[in-house]
Order: sequence, then structure tokens, then C-alpha cells
Amino acid sequence: MSEPNLTATAELIALGVPEVPRSLPNLNRAPFEIRALKSGFLTALTWIAALLASVPLFSVIYRLAIEGGSRLDWEALTALPPSAFEQGGGFGNAIVGTLVMVGLATLMSVPIGIFAAIYLAILDPDSRLAHSVRFLSKALTGFPSILAGVFVYAVLVVTMKTYSALAGGVALAVLMLPTVVLAAEQAMMMVPKKMKDAAFGMGCTRAQVIWKVVLPTGAPGILTGVMLAIAGAAGNSAPLLFTALFSGYYLTSLTEPTASLAILIFNFSGMPYDNQIELAWAASLVLVMVVLVFNILARIIGRQKH
Amino acid sequence: MASHHFDHVDRSGSVSGPPSAGDYVFDRGFRGVAWLSAVFILVLVVYIVIEIGGKALPAFSEYGFGFLTSTTWNVQTGQFGILPEIWGTLYSSLLALIIGGVFGVAIAIFLTQDFLHGHLAAVFRTIIELLAAIPSVVYGLWGIYVLIPLLRPVANWLHGEFGFVPFFGTSLSGPGLGPAALVLAIMILPTVASISVDALHQVPYKVKEAAYGMGTTRWEAILKVMLPTAGSGILAALVLGFGRALGETMALAMLIGNSNQISLSLFSPANTLAALLASSFPEAGPVEVRALMYAALVLLAITLIVNAIGLAVMKFATRKFEAER
Amino acid sequence: MNATPEMTAAGAASASAPTGAIVMNCQIDRVFYGDFLAVRASTVPIEKNKITGFIGPSGCGKSTVLRSLNRMNDLIPIFRFEGKVTYHGQDIYDRKVDPVVVRRYIGMVFQQPNPFAMSIYDNVAFGLRLNGFKGNLDERVEKALKGAACWNEVKDKLKNSGLSLSGGQQQRLCIARAIATEPDVLLMDEPCSALDPIATRRVEELMLELKEKYTIALVTHNMQQATRVADTTAFFGVDISQGSRTGYLVEMGPTRQIFEDPQQKLTGEYVRGEFS
Repeated sequence: MSEPNLTATAELIALGVPEVPRSLPNLNRAPFEIRALKSGFLTALTWIAALLASVPLFSVIYRLAIEGGSRLDWEALTALPPSAFEQGGGFGNAIVGTLVMVGLATLMSVPIGIFAAIYLAILDPDSRLAHSVRFLSKALTGFPSILAGVFVYAVLVVTMKTYSALAGGVALAVLMLPTVVLAAEQAMMMVPKKMKDAAFGMGCTRAQVIWKVVLPTGAPGILTGVMLAIAGAAGNSAPLLFTALFSGYYLTSLTEPTASLAILIFNFSGMPYDNQIELAWAASLVLVMVVLVFNILARIIGRQKH
Repeated sequence: MASHHFDHVDRSGSVSGPPSAGDYVFDRGFRGVAWLSAVFILVLVVYIVIEIGGKALPAFSEYGFGFLTSTTWNVQTGQFGILPEIWGTLYSSLLALIIGGVFGVAIAIFLTQDFLHGHLAAVFRTIIELLAAIPSVVYGLWGIYVLIPLLRPVANWLHGEFGFVPFFGTSLSGPGLGPAALVLAIMILPTVASISVDALHQVPYKVKEAAYGMGTTRWEAILKVMLPTAGSGILAALVLGFGRALGETMALAMLIGNSNQISLSLFSPANTLAALLASSFPEAGPVEVRALMYAALVLLAITLIVNAIGLAVMKFATRKFEAER
Repeated sequence: MNATPEMTAAGAASASAPTGAIVMNCQIDRVFYGDFLAVRASTVPIEKNKITGFIGPSGCGKSTVLRSLNRMNDLIPIFRFEGKVTYHGQDIYDRKVDPVVVRRYIGMVFQQPNPFAMSIYDNVAFGLRLNGFKGNLDERVEKALKGAACWNEVKDKLKNSGLSLSGGQQQRLCIARAIATEPDVLLMDEPCSALDPIATRRVEELMLELKEKYTIALVTHNMQQATRVADTTAFFGVDISQGSRTGYLVEMGPTRQIFEDPQQKLTGEYVRGEFS
């Protein structure tokens, strides 16, 4: 038998013609074959896409560090916002405002969310009520945040005849609720059935099974959801436009308007004054740090599972 | 009470006893609160729809459906119309979907089809999750001072060379549709990516095996087998990403230019429903507020419908695989 | 084993007259899962301080019967029990009886070890705390762990999670948890099926010690286990004559008699391994 004609074979392969084996099929890699080339090209494209997608994140963080970092100092963190032509100033009241409203929102949404999740995951998961609430919670995750503001405006601001931190807190709570419910439901459903059986076998009432076994065991998952919800609420600005509005002063009562980091950034970013713009960057840096901390916390807690 | 029935049993040495009265009260109370919380959520959602709808009703009776097709927004004359905003909302979200969707799916493929090993994959996943964590306002700020300056030369070159193409019809002076859509794409990318990742993970391993077993290259397997099989899940990801884009407010309010015009040009300023609400509400008088409520209702309706479709597609996608198990 | 060869059973669904005090008497008319008849007429007495073994091929309803003894089956919505289960004379299926109370007096150990996601100490103390025990917790926990033959292995790591133990140790922990409140009756549903042979042996030895204080009902798919530990054995069969698989009590008596001199043909075939 004559030697296989390797040159002719390579040409045929390059043309995409399937090779007809003469003696042995050629099993060697042929990286310049069309199929391989196409595959390599697409892989390169995908790598580029992945890298491109990472660019905004790094760009944002970089800018925050540079522009925000250079302005971040004690004064920025504690002073009141400057008015038009003033120099200096800070956003201390905005920090307090954000903390207060997010705190309020957490206090309101977490208990309701967890209890509702208890009903959905354990008490009556197949009931019509459970199915509807589950569906609505999922739909609510895509709810435009500004509409939460509109809703609370109509319900609270108008009736109370004032913008208030309370209204802001309620709006944020409405937005946090779906995340808490869905995360808590997931966490509780992951508790193994045999553990619940053990608790029932010992003569626990349904509430006791949940309180003594399901909740403690599902706590990491629930906490993760809560942390993520808090991180999301802290950055949410749209609803605050119609509820807490803004203020140039520190918060003294829950029933008056208050500043928040998000709104401060929004307001200052559009101003033609360098001072305000620098403060906007610094405030952004603080806000992103808070959000990142909660995100990382959520991740760490999430890994504490058995 | 039932508990007394076993009193005569010799209980010496045993610790067991029936639940105390307190335990029973706790049980009933606990379960009651849980049920109430679930009902509360149901009532809340209904209330939200009723409230917004109710507030929009006066405006609806006054302007009727003409509100949706008129392009004027004049507080003095009391003429309101949101066609430019509807256009802006849909156009910007569509652009964002095209860009963010392609990138999102590409990243999902990148993460699930063995392109990265162990730690690198976790790092990349974290990057994408952090992208999602950055607040909207911060993206807006970044957009104004970083993205727009970057885009301006490119945009103006495109306008200069290809100005006859409607997409490049105007020049980019500041805020506009293009930058807004780009930032929007960045914001929905993580959503599309994560739902697509779930969809690709749901493809049974045996399907992947079958493809490779037939001698496909990696990309032939992905394009001809994995993507089609995960098709409905990826579709759901795109629909839900679109839904998210529709509702996005702050970054758009800061970047889109808040100008009530309709134009195909990527560089012209525009307006969206959410941005309209954000910019007009704080200073609005009672007449304008009513019109804004109507706009809010329209936004609510659009997002609810799109999200409901997305959820339905997702349910369809998961059911497809559950049936096979 | 209290084997009394004089006692012979007669007829179908035969049970030897029990020699000791009867703590529980399970008198089943019919047991349903929805429309499916899972177990038909069977009477299973459980004697005090003895180990009663339930054996039989898969689908014969032995687990169903065992779980009916502490109303665990109530957790399945389509379950329906027609009959009576008397516990010290009281019918636990009486409408006025709260199943939660029943389960306080009757303990259960499951097929898969299922310790709670808590420390070993808290696992064992769970039942004590649940029942409002106000005495010396440490003492009772130690007693229970000793009773379950795992005190020496865990006494230095009581704060470790129950889930950090090996399979056999977890199951003994579950036994300790069950006996901490010193219930009358202990139900064990194939407790060794998830364990290796050595762990199985230890649990079997434990069962023989436990029966001094407790009354035990044991479901096992392992016949040899029944011969090793059970005083009385109840053999359940599957009736396919009506088109579906319905379980029923075929024969019940002292273990020795069931295995060496069974009265029913089916029993003989099963214990000789002719089917499983």
C-alpha cells in the first residue's frame, strides 16, 4: 500500500471536505480546519464580550476611588450639603437619612416577608393563596421602583400632607418585600423533610417545628436574602423622590422630609458646580461601599450552610 | 381537653407531657400571623394597582386614549400626551435588550460551558453580580462624566460620516438615547446572564454528552444543541431583562436628556415614562400630578404585562424539563 | 425471648396470644392513601418491654402500620385510617385526641438518621426543652447519651453539630434524642438500613438493652435482624387478589415460632427466602 498522501489530505480538510479514510483515519488535531477556526473565532469573541462586560465595573470603581476618594474626608461625612456657590460642605445628613430609612424599611419588610414565606413554604404551599402570593412576589421583583414612590405618595404623603422619612421607609419596604419573601421561602424549602419529620415525631406543634427547627436551620439563607434586599434598598433613589424628597438638614423627626445619599447624588450630579459634583462622587463612593459590604456579607453568610 | 385522655398512664420518670396552653396559643397565633402576612402581600399588590389606577382615573376621563398618542406636554395649557415617552421607553429598552441581551447570553455561555476553571469562574461570576449591585444613580453619574465624554467623539464621527442613516441623524451634545441605552444595557446584563445561566444549567448533562459524543466542536454543541434546548429559558431571560429595562428610572433620568421628542437617532435626547415621572413630579401642581398618575398607570400596565409574559415563559421552560424527568 | 411453644395460632391472619401486658393494640379495619387500599384488616398487639418486629416484602404496609401507631401518617393529606389504635386503653384515633400529644408519649426513630442542625447537646435536649423540663438538663442529656451507647464518643464534643457525626453515630444520637424524655414506646422504622454492618450491630445491641426499659416496635426488611432482636414477630404479606397491592397481617407470634414453625404457608416461604 502506498503512503497516504498527506498534502492532498490537508488540502481537502482545509476545504471542509470530509476526508475519506484510505488506510487510517486522520485523528490528529487540525486547528486550521474550518470548523475549528469557527469555534476558535467564537471563543475569542466570547472572551472579548466577557472582558468588555467587566470594563464598566472596573471603570466605575476606579472613578469612584479617584474622584470620590479625593473628596472623602471627615467634613464630607459630617457636614451639611452646600448650597449653590458655597465651597466645602458634606453629606452627613444624607448618610443618616439613608440609614434611618433603610432601617425602617427593614423593620417593616423583614417580619412580614418571613412570616409570609413561612405560610408559602411550610403551612400551606399548595393553596391558592400561596400560589397567588408566590406569583405576585415574583412579578413584584420587576416592579419599577418609581411606582412604589408614586403609590406611597398617593397613600401617605397626601394624607399626612407632608413628605416624610416614614413615607420613604415605607416605599423602600415595598421594594424589599418580594426579595425577602422569595429568599426566605427558598431557604425554608431547603430544610430537609426528614428534619421536619423528626420534629413532628417528637410531638412538636406546627409552630414549634417552624420556630425550633425550620427557622434556625434556614437562617443563613434567610439572612442572605435580607442582606441583598438591604443592599438594593440603600441604592434605591426613585421612590424617595416622591416620599422623602430632600432636606438640607439633619433628620429630627420621622415625619419630615430627609436627605438621602441617592437623592443627593441625583441632585448634585446635574449641577454646574464643581464642588457639588465632587461631593456627588464622594457620596457615590460611600453608597457603593455600603452596598458592597452588604453584598459581601450576604455571600459570606450564604456559605455558612452545612 | 384532649390532653387529659392520657393522664391515667403511669408517667413516673417520664418527662413527656402534652403541650402547655401557652404552646397551643403560640401555635395558633404563629400560624395566624403567617397567614395574615401572606394575605397582606396579596392585598398590598391589589391596593397598589387600585390606588394608582384610581388616581389616574380623573386624568383618563379627561384625556382618554388621546393621552397615549399626543406629543405635547404643556402645563400651562393643560395639554398632556405621553407618546414621546412611550416611544422613548420602548426604544431605549429595545436597544438595551439587543446589546445587554447579546452580552448577557454570551456571558451565560462563558460561565456554563467550561471556558473557565474553578476559581476564575467564581471571580467572574462575582464581577457580574457586582455589576448588578451598583445603584442606578451611580451609573447615572458615571454615565454623565465618563461615558458621554467617551462616546461623544465616536458619535459625532458617526454622525459626520453616516448622518444620512436615521440612527445617526443627530449629533451628541450631551445626554441622549445612545448613552442611556448603553448604561441600561449594562444594568440589565446581569439579569439576563443569571437567568440564562440557570436555563443552561437545567439542560440535562446527557444532552451535552450526546452532542459531544457525535463529535461536535465546542461551539457546534453550544449553538446547535445547548442554546436551542435552553431556548425557552433564555427567552424568559430576555423578556425579564426587557421588563427590568422598562422600569429603570434614575440612570435614564440623568442620561436621556428629558426632551419630549421622537427620533430614531441614537444620539438625540429623548424621554421615558419613568424619567418623566422622576423629573416632573417634584415640581408638579395638581393638574400635572393627575396627568403624571395616568402616565404611571401606563408604565405599570406595560411592565406588569411584560413581566407576566416573562414569568409564564420561564414556567413553560422549567416544566419542559420536569416532564422529561 | 419469651418463647412459649404451647401457644399455637389458628386460621388466617393468625397471632399468638400475647403473654405480657399489652401497651398498644393496633386494630386496623382499612388504611387508605386516597383511593388506594394500603392495608386491610389486621390486628397487631404490642407487648410491654418486648421488641415486636414487623417483617414482610416491600409494599406490605409494615411501615404504614408502624407510622399509624404515632399518627405520623397524618402528615400525608390523603391518608385515611379506619380502625382503632388503643394506647393504654385509649383510642389514639379518637376525634378528640391531639396527635401532637400522642407523639409526645411515643417516640420514633427513622430510617435515615435525621439529627437537627444543632449541637449534639441541643439535639438530645430538644425533647426535654419541648416538654418544659425544669430539672437538671445536663444530667438527663448524659443519661440519654449513655443509654444510646454514644456518651464516650461524644462527651468531649457536645457542642459540635449533630451533623458532623458519622452515619451510625447520627442514628445513635437520634435514638438518644428519642429516649431522653423516656417515652413508653419507641417506634423504629428500619433504623439500620442506612448503616454499615458494624454500626448496625451496635444499634442492635442497643435495642436489646433498651427493651428493659422501653417497649419497642421495629420495622425491618432484614429477616436475620428480626431473629436477632425481636421477641415477637409480625409477618405482613401483600394481597394482589383484588388487582392492587394491599398489605395485611399474615401471621404473628414468638419469633422462634415464626421462623422455625410457621403456621402459614406464605410465612414459611418468606422466611425461607423464597421471595422477598
